[in-house]
Amino acid sequence: MRRIGISLCALVGALFVLLGLGASAGWAQDEQGFKGVLENKDADDEPVAGVTLTVYDANDSEVGTAESADDGTWEILVPEPGEYRVELDESTLPDDLVVRTGRNSTDLLRVDAGAVRNALFPLGSSLNEPDNSSGDTEGSQSPEEEKCIVDEETGEEICGGGSGFARWGNVIYNGLHFGLIIGLAAVGLSLVYGTMGLTNFAHGELVTFGGAMAYIVNVSFGVPVVWAMPAAVILGGLFGWLQDRFFWGQLRRRGTGLVTMMIISIGFALILRYMTNYTMGPNTERFNEYVSQTSIDFVLFQATPKKLIIDAVAIAAVIIVGLVLMYTRIGKAIRAVADNPSLAGASGIDVDRVIRWVWTAGGALAALAGAALTLDRGVKFDMGMQLLLLIFAAVILGGLGTAFGAILGALLIGVFTQVSTMWIEPQLKYVGGLAVLIVVLLIRPQGILGRRERIG
Amino acid sequence: MEFMQILSSALQQAFGPTMLAYAICAIGLNVHFGYAGLLNFGQAGFAAVAAYGMAIAVAAFNLPFWLSIVIGLAGAVLLALLLGIPTLRLRADYLAIVTIAAAEIIRRLARSTTFSEYTGGSDGTRPVGTFTTDFEAMNPYPHSWRLDLGIVQYTRSDLWVMTVGWGLVVLCILLMFMVMRSPWGRVLKGIREDEDAVRSLGKNVFSFKMQALVLGGLFGALGGFVFGLGRDNVQPDLFSTELTFYCYVMLILGGAARLFGPLLGAMIFWFLYNFLVGVLNGLSALEVLPTWLLATTKSGPLVYVFMGVGMVLLLIYRPQGILGDKRELSLDVR
Repeated sequence: MRRIGISLCALVGALFVLLGLGASAGWAQDEQGFKGVLENKDADDEPVAGVTLTVYDANDSEVGTAESADDGTWEILVPEPGEYRVELDESTLPDDLVVRTGRNSTDLLRVDAGAVRNALFPLGSSLNEPDNSSGDTEGSQSPEEEKCIVDEETGEEICGGGSGFARWGNVIYNGLHFGLIIGLAAVGLSLVYGTMGLTNFAHGELVTFGGAMAYIVNVSFGVPVVWAMPAAVILGGLFGWLQDRFFWGQLRRRGTGLVTMMIISIGFALILRYMTNYTMGPNTERFNEYVSQTSIDFVLFQATPKKLIIDAVAIAAVIIVGLVLMYTRIGKAIRAVADNPSLAGASGIDVDRVIRWVWTAGGALAALAGAALTLDRGVKFDMGMQLLLLIFAAVILGGLGTAFGAILGALLIGVFTQVSTMWIEPQLKYVGGLAVLIVVLLIRPQGILGRRERIG
Repeated sequence: MEFMQILSSALQQAFGPTMLAYAICAIGLNVHFGYAGLLNFGQAGFAAVAAYGMAIAVAAFNLPFWLSIVIGLAGAVLLALLLGIPTLRLRADYLAIVTIAAAEIIRRLARSTTFSEYTGGSDGTRPVGTFTTDFEAMNPYPHSWRLDLGIVQYTRSDLWVMTVGWGLVVLCILLMFMVMRSPWGRVLKGIREDEDAVRSLGKNVFSFKMQALVLGGLFGALGGFVFGLGRDNVQPDLFSTELTFYCYVMLILGGAARLFGPLLGAMIFWFLYNFLVGVLNGLSALEVLPTWLLATTKSGPLVYVFMGVGMVLLLIYRPQGILGDKRELSLDVR
C-alpha cells in the first residue's frame, strides 16, 4: 500500500526533474504581449528589418513599440493582460512593400497572462485582394499557404487551398496524414484497453509527452530534430514502461477496481497536463528547424516534405506493429491476452509482462504521434487532451480492444474530419468526430473489427 | 499577502455561490455514479447546456427569465436522451467516453466564432447582453446591504445567489432522500450492484438508467444556472473537463452514494482549493522561491497538479471518502 504512494511520488518527482531541466534552461514565458516575423512573401520570405510596430490598448494610448530585427522578428511585451491592438507604421516599410491584407492594424486582440501571441502582417509587393477577379499572374505560386487559417485553440493550421478536384485531393491527403498520426496513438489505447480493461483517459498526455520531449531535446539541448524525434520515441516508451511498472501495475496488484482506475486516469491526466504547462508555459512551441516548408505539388495534392516523411515513418511503424502482432511470440501473447485475459493466464502466458509490453509500445507509439504533431504544428500542453476525443472515436469506430481496428478507425476519422471541412466551418470539424461516435454506437456498437460479446 | 486574508477568502468561498454550483452538480453526479453506477464524465456538458440555454434565451432572444430556465432544463434532458440512447445498453465505459466527448464538443461549439453572435465566443455571453436583470429584480435584500461576519463578507447580489443556491441544495438533498428510499431508488441501487439480477426480476434496466441519467442531468443543469447567475456571465472554458473532474473529487471526497457526501465534499474541496491558490499566489508574490520554481504564472498550473495528486491518492487509499461505505463502491465494468 505504501509502495504505491512512494512510487507515485517518485514518478511525479522524476517528471519534475526531467521537465525541470527544460524549465531551468530559461525558455519559459513569464510575460505577455505580441510577437511576429515580418517577411516579404513575394521574395522567398526574405526577412524585413527596421519596421516600426506599436501596441495600443483599448483606449488607443500607446503601450509599447519595437522595430523588427535583422531576421524580421519583433516582440512587444505589455505590462498586464487585456485587449490590445498592434499597428504597423507603413512609412517605415521599404518603398516597394505593402501589407498584403491592406490593413496595417490588427483588431483588438485579447492577451492572456503569460501568453505572447502572434500578430501577422504578411508583406508583399502588391495588395492581395481576397477576390482575385482580375486574374493577374501574381499570388498563384502557393495557393495552399495563403488560405490557411490557424485554429486558435489547437494551433493547428487548417488549409483549404485550391478548388474543385485539387481541393478534394488535398483534403483527403490531409485526412489520411492526420489519421495516420491518430492511428499511432490509438493502437496503444486500444491495446491497453484490450489487455487490462482500462479506458485510459491519460493516453492523450502520452502524446503530449512525446511532443514535449522532442521539443525539449531539440530546443533546450540543441539536438537536431532528426535525432530529437527518435529520442522522444525512446523516452515515450520508457515513460510508458515506468507508468506501468510503478503505477498501474501496482494498482493492478492491489486489486483496484477498473472504474476507480478510470477516474484515477483522469486525475493522472490532469497531473501530467499541468506539469507540462508548469514547465513549458501555456503557448504553442515549435522546433527550431523545419517550421515552414514549401509544398511539393503532386497534381492531386500538395504536401510539404516533412509531412511526407512523417507519413513514411508512420506507415513503417504501423507495418512493424502489425508484423509483431501477427508473427512474434510476444505479439501472439498480446492478442491472446486481449482476447481473454483469464484464459491466456491459465494457458501459461505471463499477463502482467504482456501488459507491460503493451504500455511500453503504446507509450512509444503515442510519443511518435506527439513528435510528429509537434513537427506539423507545434506542441502545446493540452494538445493530447484535444486529440483524445478523436482517438476515442477512432478506437470505438474500429472496435475497442483491437489493434488493426484502431488504425482503420483512425484513418476513417482523419479523412472524415478533414472532408467535413468542405461543408462546415473548420473550427467545428471535431464535432463530426462525436457525430461519428454516436452513429457508430447506434448502428454497430462493436465497431468495424470488434466482436459482439465484448460490448454488452 | 496576509495569511488571515487567504484563510478568510477561502472560507468565504467554501460557503459561496461557486461552491453551491459545484455541490449541485456533484449531487447530480451522485445520482449517476453513486446510486446508479453510471459513469458520466460529462457533467460539465449538462451544466453548460443549461447555462447557455438560459443565457442565450434571455440575452439574445429577450425571452422571459422563467421560460429561459425551462429551456435550459429541456436542453439538459435532451442531452441526456441523446447520450443515453446509444450507450446505456452497452458496457459502462461507452457512456464514459461519449459523455466526456460530448462535454468537450459543447464547450468547443460555445467557444467557436461561428455562433459568437449568440454565445459571445471565448469571452462568454457578457458581450451579447446581460441575462440576470429579472433575477436581480427579485432580490429581496435591501439595497446597499451586505453581510459582514467579521471573517467573511458577502455582497447583496452574492447573498441572493447564495439564498437561491442553498435553497436548491436543500431541495435536491430532500428529493434525493425521498427518491432513494422509494422503490425506484432501490431498483437503481440494484442495477448498480447487479444489472442482470434486476433484469431477471422483470425490470426494464435501460429505462431506469435513462431516468437516472435525466434526473442527474437536471441537477447538473441547476448547477449550471447557479454558475451563470453567480458570475453574471457564461464562459465556455468554465465547462471544461476539469469541472466534471472536480465534481468527482468532491463526490468521492465526501462519500459517493451518501446523501450529504457531495455537499460536504464540495465545501471541503472548494475551501482547500482556494486556500491552496491563495497560498501559492502569496508565495509567488513574496518571491521567496526562485522564479524557475514558482513564477507568478506558474501557480495556476501547480494548483491543478496538486489537485490531481490529491485526487489520485484519495482514490487509491480511501475510495469511499469521508462518509462512504466501501462495500457500496465495488463497481466494475468487466
